[in-house]
Amino acid sequence: MYRSIREAIRDAEAKHIPLSQLALEVESKDQGRPVAEIRAALKRALDVMRGAIEQGLTGQHKSASGLVGGDAAKLHRGPAGPLSGTPFRDVLARALAVQEVNAAMGVIVAAPTAGGAGVLPAVLTGLAQAKRLSDERLVDALATAGLIGAVVAERASLSGAEGGCQAETGAAAGMAAGAGTELMGGTPAQVGHAVALAQQGTLGLVCDPLGGLVELPCVFRNATGAAIALAAIEMALAGITFAIPADEVIDTMGEIGREMDVRCRETAGGGLAATPTGRRLARERLVQIKKGGEG
Amino acid sequence: MVGPSSSHTAGACRLGLLARCLVGGTPQRARVELHGSFARTGEGHGTDKAIVAGLMGFRPDDERIRDALGIAERESLAYVFEKTTLGNDETTHPNSVRITVERADRKHAMLGSSLGAGRVFVSEIDGFPVEVHGGYHTIVLVAEDVKGSIARIAGIIADDGLNIATLRLTRKERGGDAFIVIELDEAPNDKALADIRALSWVRWSFALDKVGA
Repeated sequence: MYRSIREAIRDAEAKHIPLSQLALEVESKDQGRPVAEIRAALKRALDVMRGAIEQGLTGQHKSASGLVGGDAAKLHRGPAGPLSGTPFRDVLARALAVQEVNAAMGVIVAAPTAGGAGVLPAVLTGLAQAKRLSDERLVDALATAGLIGAVVAERASLSGAEGGCQAETGAAAGMAAGAGTELMGGTPAQVGHAVALAQQGTLGLVCDPLGGLVELPCVFRNATGAAIALAAIEMALAGITFAIPADEVIDTMGEIGREMDVRCRETAGGGLAATPTGRRLARERLVQIKKGGEG
Repeated sequence: MVGPSSSHTAGACRLGLLARCLVGGTPQRARVELHGSFARTGEGHGTDKAIVAGLMGFRPDDERIRDALGIAERESLAYVFEKTTLGNDETTHPNSVRITVERADRKHAMLGSSLGAGRVFVSEIDGFPVEVHGGYHTIVLVAEDVKGSIARIAGIIADDGLNIATLRLTRKERGGDAFIVIELDEAPNDKALADIRALSWVRWSFALDKVGA
């Protein structure tokens, strides 16, 4: 497992292979399993991701509290906006879909966490659909995303309780940006810039769920996180570079997380959770959950 | 995995799975003390359901997690949840829990944390400090501090065809009890565990399942 994006890029360039192949080789060695088995496991994860998107887009999922649900379907079939018919709008719908299923205790793939599980599948499957890319390519992209996520876990954190939302949807945006850049034919160096460009845009993002429920704003943070990932992919593929290397941006995320007030780290004591409306909704909805009893 | 939170649902389920290993099956009684964010936001995340599901042997992707509390009632697992403070913010992870489990004549407790992205860490078993990550099959044992203890145990494990990933020995004082944590690449078979338990200087031992990443 790599502890540094820079080292991974260096090794991939030296071997003239994409980061995905490097990630698969390293994972195969670490786990003592052939690459084919790891690819098969990633393919199963891809199938679960697609299942969650499909379910979410039907608009049938309501969360335990009833605070969120049904919005993915609005983007999927609802009134047009300036981005109708573009991959951008489709990606946003997919991100909401996964997260609405998650809030309803449905089956999803933590990527890297459940609270940030919408970003990666939305960006990758959305791009693959728009560009008619094969599942093989998507599996490769998931391997690259795994490599990036492992580096973030080692250097910073993947926990909202430790590092705020920047460690969840922020990390997910970094993974999706890097993986999406490779999926679209970007070089390992461009992948590194995409990770840095995405994560610089989520630095400082607090974790402030109403009532502590992974619902509001979590569902929408996944859509905006996916938007940031798409912006980073577009910039990196255009040849734009970010002066601060990805590893240092990730380290910064970790530092900001450690200094973040505990109220803004998933305890529902700060941010939007602490607004008058946030408190009122949380109070009402938690009562409703208790009344609902066993699901 | 089943949503909504990898820390509060998947990680919590894995901690339940590890606690279950302490008594070798579904406990009859369980006391769950929740700390920090587990205590404050656990309810909405289904942390209670997930821990109870883990205690019954359900994995994090099992859709029965949603109905775990009802199933526990039918399976005669009596559980009680408490919100508490297990330590200060500097030393105790915000998502921590102490789980005390009883089954027949066995009663054990562990202190565990959910680190994010579903990863877990056990820092204490029956008051002894340990370092167990759920990513390996793990044998935890307390032995008298006799010479050659490691060699004997390593021999048994090698005879079983297993590969040791990490091994840590800690003791509070010279000649005092030694606490040994062995992480393995493969699951140990019953014979290896019985051979280790048969050693006269091994006070007790646990085999903890690999519970995921």
